[in-house]
Amino acid sequence: MKTPLDSIAGTIISGLILTVILYFFVVNFLVKTVV
Amino acid sequence: MELIIARWLHIFAGIVWIGLLYYFNFVQAVALPKAKADNTAAGITKHIAPQALLWFRWAALATWIIGAYYLERGGIGIGNAFMLKGTAAAIGIGAWLGTIMLFNVWVLIWPNQKKVLGIVQADDATKAKAARIAFLASRTNTMLSIPMLFFMVAGSAGHGLPHM
Repeated sequence: MKTPLDSIAGTIISGLILTVILYFFVVNFLVKTVV
Repeated sequence: MELIIARWLHIFAGIVWIGLLYYFNFVQAVALPKAKADNTAAGITKHIAPQALLWFRWAALATWIIGAYYLERGGIGIGNAFMLKGTAAAIGIGAWLGTIMLFNVWVLIWPNQKKVLGIVQADDATKAKAARIAFLASRTNTMLSIPMLFFMVAGSAGHGLPHM
């Protein structure tokens, strides 16, 4: 079964999407606990 | 001075690790099928890949150990990082991603690559399965390296994220 990770482009795009998701997770759910 | 050296060693080992990861994914995985097609793959599988894997797996372990040392001695705390507490949240995300990647290297990639490269004996069906597992684990690490690098850098620089 083919996955996005089978291509280099799919791998990089998946990594970028994960980066954005984790960024918003940190900013919205973790940063608020600091201040 | 001790922390500067630890930080430098962490980044140095990380470059070796991720540099080889990108070599495997962007160069070797693309070139190997072409090399197999004209019967020139042996040079890669017998000589280049084992040497690259040697540096790859030990650099991965060194990166993690020195990173953990730096977190602890630098005053952030390994526990705070992994619990994503306060100002350790961003670097903690990077630490989690790096830990998952280290697991993939030593538990999924290396044992399966040993079968693929013939370091450990295996039949053709086992080799094919091992190659697929190693490939997907390696691609997963390439994907995870993108946010890992982002949060490692952001952990130091701030830019809207809680920094050290």
